[in-house]
Amino acid sequence: MAHFTKATSIKDWLNQRLAIEKVEKVMMSEYWIPKNINFLWAMGMVLVITFALLVVSGIFLLMYYQPNVVTAFDSVNYTIMREVDFGWLWRHVHGVAASVVFLIIYIHMFTGIYYGSYKKGREMIWISGMLLFVAFSAEAFSGYMLPWGQMSYWAGMVITNLFAGGSLHADGLVEWIRGDYVPAQAFLTRFFMLHVLLIPLAIMGLIGLHFGALRIPHVNNQDGEEVDFDAESKKYLAGDKAGSKVMRFANDFMAKDMMVVGFYLVFFFYLVFYHYGFAMDAVNFDPADGLKTPAHIYPEWYFLWSYEILRPFSTDVGLIAFAFAQVIFVLLPFLDRSPNTVPASRRGLFKYWFWAMLVDMIVLTAMGKLPPEGIFSTIGLVSALTFIGLWIALPIITMMEKKA
Amino acid sequence: MKNSSRRGFMGIAFGAVAGIGAVASLYAMKKSWDPLPSVKAAGFTTLDMSGYKENELVTEKWRGKPIFVLKFTAEMIAKMNDKQKSRVITVDGSQFMVNLGLCTHLGCIPGYDSEAQSFLCACHGGMYDFTGDVTKAPPPRGLDIPPFKVDGSKLVLGEEGPEFKKMKETGVTL
Repeated sequence: MAHFTKATSIKDWLNQRLAIEKVEKVMMSEYWIPKNINFLWAMGMVLVITFALLVVSGIFLLMYYQPNVVTAFDSVNYTIMREVDFGWLWRHVHGVAASVVFLIIYIHMFTGIYYGSYKKGREMIWISGMLLFVAFSAEAFSGYMLPWGQMSYWAGMVITNLFAGGSLHADGLVEWIRGDYVPAQAFLTRFFMLHVLLIPLAIMGLIGLHFGALRIPHVNNQDGEEVDFDAESKKYLAGDKAGSKVMRFANDFMAKDMMVVGFYLVFFFYLVFYHYGFAMDAVNFDPADGLKTPAHIYPEWYFLWSYEILRPFSTDVGLIAFAFAQVIFVLLPFLDRSPNTVPASRRGLFKYWFWAMLVDMIVLTAMGKLPPEGIFSTIGLVSALTFIGLWIALPIITMMEKKA
Repeated sequence: MKNSSRRGFMGIAFGAVAGIGAVASLYAMKKSWDPLPSVKAAGFTTLDMSGYKENELVTEKWRGKPIFVLKFTAEMIAKMNDKQKSRVITVDGSQFMVNLGLCTHLGCIPGYDSEAQSFLCACHGGMYDFTGDVTKAPPPRGLDIPPFKVDGSKLVLGEEGPEFKKMKETGVTL
C-alpha cells in the first residue's frame, strides 16, 4: 500500500491523494505550446467558451421547455420569452451561440488547412475535429426541431427524407427514424433526447479525444517547423525563456488566448443583445403545420454550402454529391499527398487550391440562400461542380508539389 | 498453461454471453424506435367523394400527410394522354386525382395553379401536371398515389383495393 504521511497543508493532503501538482504540470504549466503562432491559434479556446455558453444557457432553457407537439411552441415563445425572468437571455445566448459556433468552427478548420495542421502525425487531430463537426451539425439540427415552428417541422421533414436514399425508397427507414409517418410527437421527443443527452455526451467525449490527439504531435506553428519540444522545454525550465521556442500552456499561452476570447465575447454579447435576429428565422415564429409548406425552405447559414451541393442535381445525383461533400473533408490528410507541412502560401498550386476552396464555399453559401432560379441556378451548379472538381484535383496537384 | 486456458475459456464464455446480450439489446433498441401501434392504427381515412367541385383542389389529411383531391373537368379528361389516364381514380362515375401532396423530391407541399392546371413545388422548382405526373425535375416521379379502396361513393385511404394493386403492379405508383 502507498505510504501516507501527516499532511503539512491542505495542498499537501490533496497532493498525497490526488497528485494535484503533477496533474497541474501535465495539463497546464508543463504543457508546451510553440511561440511562433498568431491569434488564429486561439479559436480552440473560443470554441470551448462557446460550448460552455451553450451548455449553461441550455440548462436554463431545459427547465421550462416542454417536448410536446401541443405545448412546445408556446413553452418557448410564451413561457421562456415572456414569463421567465431573463428567459429571453438564455434563448438568445443559445441561438446566437449555436450560429456563431459554426463561424468559429469554419475559421478553425480553414486555419488548419492553411497551415497544414492535419499532416505528419496530426491526422487524428483533424479526424477527431471533423467528427466534432458532424456531432455539432447533428446537435444544431436536433435543436432546431425543438421550438416546433414551421421551419422546425419542414426542415425535419426534408432532412429525414434524405434517409430514403432517393431511388432506394427506404421509406421504412424514414418512418423508423421519425417513429411516425410524418414528424410528430415520437419524432419531437426523440430529437429532444438526442439534443439534450446523447449528442452532447458524444461531443464531450470527442472534445476529450480531440485534446488527447494534440498531446503527442503538439500544436502546429506558423511555419510548420518541427519543434523539439523536449529540448526547447528544458531550455525554458533552465531559465532561457527568451531563447526557447516554446512557452507554458498556462499562464503564458492562456494569457494571449483569453485576450482573444475577451474580444470575441464583446462581439458575441453585442450580437446577443442587439443583433440576435439573424439567428431567429421569422418563419419559425409560425407554429408547425403539416399541411402548409413555407414558400422557401432553407437551412441555417452554416449548412447552406452543402445544401447548395444537393440542390442543382436530380435526386440521386444530388444525394451522392451531398454525401460526398459531407465526408470528403475527413479524408483531407490522405488526399493531400505532399509531405510539406508549411503554410499554403509556400506550397505552389495548393495556395490557389486553398483560396479557390474558400471562395467556392462562400459562393455556395450565398447561392444556397437565394431562390433556385435563372442565373443563381447556374452559378450554384458551377460552384457545386467546382467543389467536387477541387477535391478530385487535390491529390494530383499535391503530388506534383516539390519538396520545400 | 492450465490457468491461461481457464482464462481463455472465461473470455470466450463471457464474450459469447455478452455478444448475445448486445445483439438482443440492439433488437430491443431498434423496436423501441418503431412507430407505436396507436400511430399505425390511426392510419385509415375515409373520404366521401360526392362533395368535390371540378378543378378545385381540396387538401385532405391521411397519416398526418396532405392528400390532394382534384375532381377532373370534362375538358381535362378529354385532353389526357394514356400515361395521365392511368393515374385517374374513378369513384361512382366521376374521375379524380387523389395523390399524396408531398413532392417526391424531398417532401415539400406543391401548390396548385387552377389556371395553368399544374402544380409547382417552391422548394426546388419541381412541377407536376393536373394528374400529378411530373413535368419538371428534380422530382424523380409523379406524385405518389396513397393506398386506396373504392367503397361505393366513398374512398378508403390506407387500404389496398384491386384498383390500387393494379396501379402498383403497372408501376403507376410505388
